[in-house]
Amino acid sequence: MSERSDLRYGGFTTLFYKEVLRFWKVASQTVAAPVLTALLYLLIFSHVLEGHVQVHGVAYTAFLIPGLVMMSVLQNAFSNSSSSLIQSKVTGNIVFVLLPPISYMEFFAAYVAASVVRGLVVGTGVLFATFWFAPLTFVEPIWILVFAVMGGAILGSLGVIAGIWADKFDQLAAFQNFLIMPLTFLSGVFYSINSLPPFWQKLSHWNPVFYMIDGFRHGFFGISDASPWLSLAVVGGCLVLLATFTLNLLKRGYKLRN
Amino acid sequence: MSPAIRIEQVSKRFGSTRALDNVDLEIEQGEFFGLLGPNGAGKTTLISALAGLVRVDTGNLSVMGYDVQSDYRAARRHLGVVPQELVFDPFFSVRESLKIQSGYFGIGDNDDWIDEILENLGLASRAGANMRMLSGGMKRRVLVAQALVHRPPVIVLDEPTAGVDVELRQTLWQFIKRLNEAGHTIVLTTHYLEEAENLCNRIAMLKDGRVVALDTTKQLLRRFSAHALRLRTGGVMPKELTSEATESGGWWSIPFNSFDEIEPLLVKIRTAGCEIDSLEIGKPDLEEVFIRVMQGAHHE
Ligand SMILES: Nc1ncnc2c1ncn2[C@@H]1O[C@H](COP(=O)(O)OP(=O)(O)OP(=O)(O)O)[C@@H](O)[C@H]1O
Ligand SMILES: [Mg+2]
Repeated sequence: MSERSDLRYGGFTTLFYKEVLRFWKVASQTVAAPVLTALLYLLIFSHVLEGHVQVHGVAYTAFLIPGLVMMSVLQNAFSNSSSSLIQSKVTGNIVFVLLPPISYMEFFAAYVAASVVRGLVVGTGVLFATFWFAPLTFVEPIWILVFAVMGGAILGSLGVIAGIWADKFDQLAAFQNFLIMPLTFLSGVFYSINSLPPFWQKLSHWNPVFYMIDGFRHGFFGISDASPWLSLAVVGGCLVLLATFTLNLLKRGYKLRN
Repeated sequence: MSPAIRIEQVSKRFGSTRALDNVDLEIEQGEFFGLLGPNGAGKTTLISALAGLVRVDTGNLSVMGYDVQSDYRAARRHLGVVPQELVFDPFFSVRESLKIQSGYFGIGDNDDWIDEILENLGLASRAGANMRMLSGGMKRRVLVAQALVHRPPVIVLDEPTAGVDVELRQTLWQFIKRLNEAGHTIVLTTHYLEEAENLCNRIAMLKDGRVVALDTTKQLLRRFSAHALRLRTGGVMPKELTSEATESGGWWSIPFNSFDEIEPLLVKIRTAGCEIDSLEIGKPDLEEVFIRVMQGAHHE
């Protein structure tokens, strides 16, 4: 921000702007690092599996790329809201957003929207870093956008919940390690769930992240494990549920105003 | 005209701690009001309740007539709070912090007012500095500045001078006094009672979550603390005076209400053959009032 440039005003816009600026100022950690991580995954997995595995008739590396992009979108969306909130709580500067006339709706929308932006920025970075490793198609791009935004919003909401609930950084780490990581890793990022034994296939159908990644991948190849419309219904349903839950926490002032 | 702050029968518990116990308080517009009390008395809790940072168990609070719960947007727009804790956002510079804070209040182009605040708080030369680079006292100044970006008619300062050097205290109070003269209502908490005595027209004293004294500063001083003749003598204090006089550290202190009483007192001392080595007239001070009120409250 230049010294005298103007902001757009109002609680939502300013808080959203501040949240975006916050991660952008440390982009090497918040954008470059996750892009590099995804690139390493791609290099290792494609080296080991390319030529051995095909999924839906797509070469493995090409199949893997959308999975890695979506995983990065999701993890970074979660990371953005949760780490911002816990930092503000631990350092106490959360009062700066609690003192002004910002409604709980605006509060929620700003944190989630900034999370989506971070997810999309990192996801785009991963796509640019990886797409020359395999011939990629973009058959139905609208699905790509829809699932990226909705998935980012869901994980952004989860991040708000985790950031508000956790009192310490290790509680947040537990939330991340025992919930977010297993859900994303066991969702078909690295494989098609059709290649799994029946029990694991059934279990995967209970994992909402599976639908986010499957629907997202459908946008690239026009082929997926589940119908994109089913995925849309599941993901949309999850978003509505989570948003309602989070808004209710915020409305009650849970842990923020007690 | 609605009062600047109205607090009606407010109670708040934290577990088994009664942080606020049925507090009633009304602060008129334009007042310079002191909220005093020992550590843990409930001052910060009361301020937090007013700012909507804490939900109270019972009672109502309003700022400029706006209820802090049902009409929180208006209430918060009319209130500026300088928090007690020294908090800052390490991601931003001083100016960025102030612009962002303005934006939260829906104010876009606020540069002129921000410049004025920076100037008045001696921060102008540090405007571009990252918050992390500032000393503790400088961070405190930024906290004050952040509370003022939206020109709130009611300004609450929770120990703004803790850990702040003499120079800033002076400049800070000059600035705050000017705001008060311009019509802003000021509420401050401090443990420097001299500050409160000089600045505040009215004072409430809190103890264990209850208001144990509430009056104009003048009245409090008059009621609980008198002028006193303080003297050091070579001899013994005459019998007739020892009932009123108290001794500590070689100094006798004899309270009096009117300056007419000084002469007869001195005469008594002289006729008793008591030699005066040193003499001064002690003025009533808030510290004495504070101690007496707190002791009194203890026995209730
Ligand atoms: N979040 C909290 N959880 C539990 N107890 C609390 C909390 N906040 C305050 N208290 C308790 O409430 C009481 C009042 O605290 P408060 O901070 O309002 O005092 P204070 O008058 O501001 O004191 P100080 O002069 O030290 O700032 C204290 O006993 C304190 O321990
Ligand atoms: Mg306090």
